[in-house]
Amino acid sequence: MRSCYGLICGCGALWDVVSALPLQPRAVNVDLQTDATLQVDISDALSERDKVKFTVHTKSTLPNFKQNEFSVVRQHEEFIWLHDSFVENEEYAGYIIPPAPPRPDFDASREKLQKLGEGEGSMTKEEFTKMKQELEAEYLAIFKKTVAMHEVFLCRVAAHPVLRKDLNFHVFLEYNQDLSVRGKNKKEKLEDFFKNVVKSADGVLVAGVKDVDDFFEHEKTFLLEYHNRVKDASAKSDRMIRSHKNAADDINRIASSLYTLGTQDSTDLCKFFLKVSELFEKTRKIESRVAADEDLKLADLLKYYLRESQAAKDLLYRRSRALVDYENANKALDKARAKNRDVLQAETSQQLCCHKFEKISESAKQELIDFKTRRVAAFRKNLVELAELELKHAKVTMT
Amino acid sequence: MTALGKPPDSPPQLSLCQSAVRQCVCVCVSVSYPPSSQSTMADTARDPPPELSDFQELQDGEDLFPEPSAPLESGPASLPAEDISTNSNGPKQDSLFDDDPEDLFAEATEEVSLDSPERDVLLSDGPSPAITPITPPCSLITPHIDMFTHCSFDEIEEEEGGDSFDMHISVSDPEKVGDGMNAYMAYKVSTKTSMSLFRSQDFSVKRRFSDFLGLHSKLASKYLHIGYIVPPAPEKSIVGMTKVKVGKEDQSSNEFVEKRRSALERYLMRTVKHPTLLKDPDVLQFLESSELPRAVSTQALSSAGILRMVNKAAEAVNKMTIKMNESDAWFEEKQQHFDNLDLQLRKLHASVESLVCHRRELSVNTALFAKSAAMLGNSEDHTALSRALSQLAEVEEKIDQLHQDQANADFYCFSELLGDYVRLITAVKGVFDHRMKTWQKWQDGQILLQKKREAEAKLQFNNKPEKLQQAKDEMRELEGKVQQGERDFELISKTIRKEVSRFEKERVKDFKTIIIKYLESLVQTQQKLIKYWDAFLPEAKAIS
Repeated sequence: MRSCYGLICGCGALWDVVSALPLQPRAVNVDLQTDATLQVDISDALSERDKVKFTVHTKSTLPNFKQNEFSVVRQHEEFIWLHDSFVENEEYAGYIIPPAPPRPDFDASREKLQKLGEGEGSMTKEEFTKMKQELEAEYLAIFKKTVAMHEVFLCRVAAHPVLRKDLNFHVFLEYNQDLSVRGKNKKEKLEDFFKNVVKSADGVLVAGVKDVDDFFEHEKTFLLEYHNRVKDASAKSDRMIRSHKNAADDINRIASSLYTLGTQDSTDLCKFFLKVSELFEKTRKIESRVAADEDLKLADLLKYYLRESQAAKDLLYRRSRALVDYENANKALDKARAKNRDVLQAETSQQLCCHKFEKISESAKQELIDFKTRRVAAFRKNLVELAELELKHAKVTMT
Repeated sequence: MTALGKPPDSPPQLSLCQSAVRQCVCVCVSVSYPPSSQSTMADTARDPPPELSDFQELQDGEDLFPEPSAPLESGPASLPAEDISTNSNGPKQDSLFDDDPEDLFAEATEEVSLDSPERDVLLSDGPSPAITPITPPCSLITPHIDMFTHCSFDEIEEEEGGDSFDMHISVSDPEKVGDGMNAYMAYKVSTKTSMSLFRSQDFSVKRRFSDFLGLHSKLASKYLHIGYIVPPAPEKSIVGMTKVKVGKEDQSSNEFVEKRRSALERYLMRTVKHPTLLKDPDVLQFLESSELPRAVSTQALSSAGILRMVNKAAEAVNKMTIKMNESDAWFEEKQQHFDNLDLQLRKLHASVESLVCHRRELSVNTALFAKSAAMLGNSEDHTALSRALSQLAEVEEKIDQLHQDQANADFYCFSELLGDYVRLITAVKGVFDHRMKTWQKWQDGQILLQKKREAEAKLQFNNKPEKLQQAKDEMRELEGKVQQGERDFELISKTIRKEVSRFEKERVKDFKTIIIKYLESLVQTQQKLIKYWDAFLPEAKAIS
């Protein structure tokens, strides 16, 4: 059961999920042609024992690439490395960094498969095959999702006018040797943890500072609230979908019991039972599909925007940080001027801060507006699709 | 009172049945009740056993139990001879009738009230000699039987023509009576019927839960050991009742009361559907008389309760030691069948319960999500999106209500039915066990007889005249007992066959109706879902 589970996914087959999350960040001004200059997707994926290998396929007319079309194999850690390199780059402080894809998590599914293998003796042949099929379908679904997440990340980066020019990104896309990016070891993870603590403390401090610009002030409050609520909604929708899946599982078990009853019974009830059991089977398939669709459209959407809003918050935080620095630099400059010492130094640092702040502010404004547009479009698309799918399933169940 | 067997009316009866071409297809449940002359015998010691033996002999050669699929017409052909009276005739007739429910009224040509003699035999047969007579029920029976006095035999025949099994019992209006720990829920039991068995067409009484349990224990003591499948009463629940007594007016105690109410209703309906049980005076009294003596022995913590528990344990041990030599393949197959059925139903029941639980969970989670989505919509500053999100929240809320309803339907329809049947099958198994016990007794009697015979032979050899006489007497007595044991065994086997077939038919009917109802509820749910999502779709599309 724990053996290699290879899976080849064709591009086309994928991915309502991918298409659900829009790839054009700029609303109207975007020239569709610019997209043609750099197109990235994940054409293939292989799932091995504890890692997933993605085949990143690039089509580009940009001059800096050696070829027009090429592929490399990447692992999850390399995606994370790329993301972190963006975050740490000061140049990109003014942009919403596309959130990193979540780690592929097959543990739950693997556990279930293992349990199924152990319990093989205790259930009938049909039950066993049925459960195995279910688990395989689940595994497949998780797999597809994680591939989609990674692809979305890459596409966002490729579509961003500034980030797409990043050197690391190009290396990521082109360098066909192993990037030898190792996962962070314990020490580095601990460092990260502390950095996060400091950052959140700082964030609290910085958040208290009233912003000069109304737009940003409004955005700050909005984002904070929105982020919390999205988190809540995402958690609740997860729970709802899980109950739905449980109910579908139960229906499955009922169907198989009815089937056994039907085969054993000798009265005319048996045909009746068999038919009802078939019906339950069908219902279960549909219910689990409904749950899966809800999962896809609603929960994933909410989760993604949870991460996005976090990234937006980070942007705002960086900006506020820059503002605070700027103000501090101003104060230092005033103090220096008053004392008439190190004025030049203070001046340069103030200039730097001011420049940085303004740069960030400018790009942040644009970014946030885009974020909103993107969000609205994404929600719209997903909600429409959710409603349509629910309708479709309900109608099918009726027949 | 050996006149019991052939009441003066029987000769005309005989000729009537011999001339009958078609057997009455009428739901003979309501058919006949014993002429008044028989009533007194209820008090006296029982003589039915010798009666029974007469009846038995009549049927020896016949297969009393026609195939379920056999057309009704062939049945009667074999019946006339036995019609005279075997007290098992009544139920058998009914089982025949059950074969062709469609023909119910189509074939009601002539009704022959063959049951009259058997009915009273059955009544007085209640506490059989094999078991210590239970005096309390007798004293209750007497006053009630007076009710039958007004019906003469002639009347019976006419009334049979119009009667059908038209009886509807509903248990409703639970109200709390009393206060504190002595409080109890009183339920209104209303009966609507057009059967002549009852004094009026529409009446109701107030009963409490222990009354139902009392009824069941009376019926069980009277009928279980002779092979009738007595429907089990709903279970006692100390936790549930205490909550109600304490007076918590919350969701769970309401649910408990509702659950109990519907269980009681189903119990009563099942009991009256059984043709034999319906005529039982206890049942009639339960349904009709306004005051019922308190059934104290059903209290959980009483001495009777403890005695019951000890008895149950003893029986369980005994069951393990009895090794029956099953000569009848039918019984073996049926036992196997019921064992399987029991297993499957239990499994199904467990799955359905888990489904109910998860659906309730789903509804709760959907409600939470709806609230959260509404808040999200509030914080969203894009108006169209905000509106769409709040619409989504509303839709989800409606869906949650829908899930809740569906869960209720699941539960009340499906899961309770399965629970009932699991308990019923336990009762069926109990009946089979009684049969085993009867066999055991018979065998024991035979062995004892054998020993006595040997002892007698020895005595004869040693030539001791006084002891010889005594031994001969003892032997005669024993022989009588052995014959009785054999007859009992045969009787119980026959009864069980009939009961089992009736049970199976009921089961088929029950399951079909319930499942169809359940499926209808599923369809309704889907329709509503469609409506809700249809309403939502344009809103979602309207987001610019």
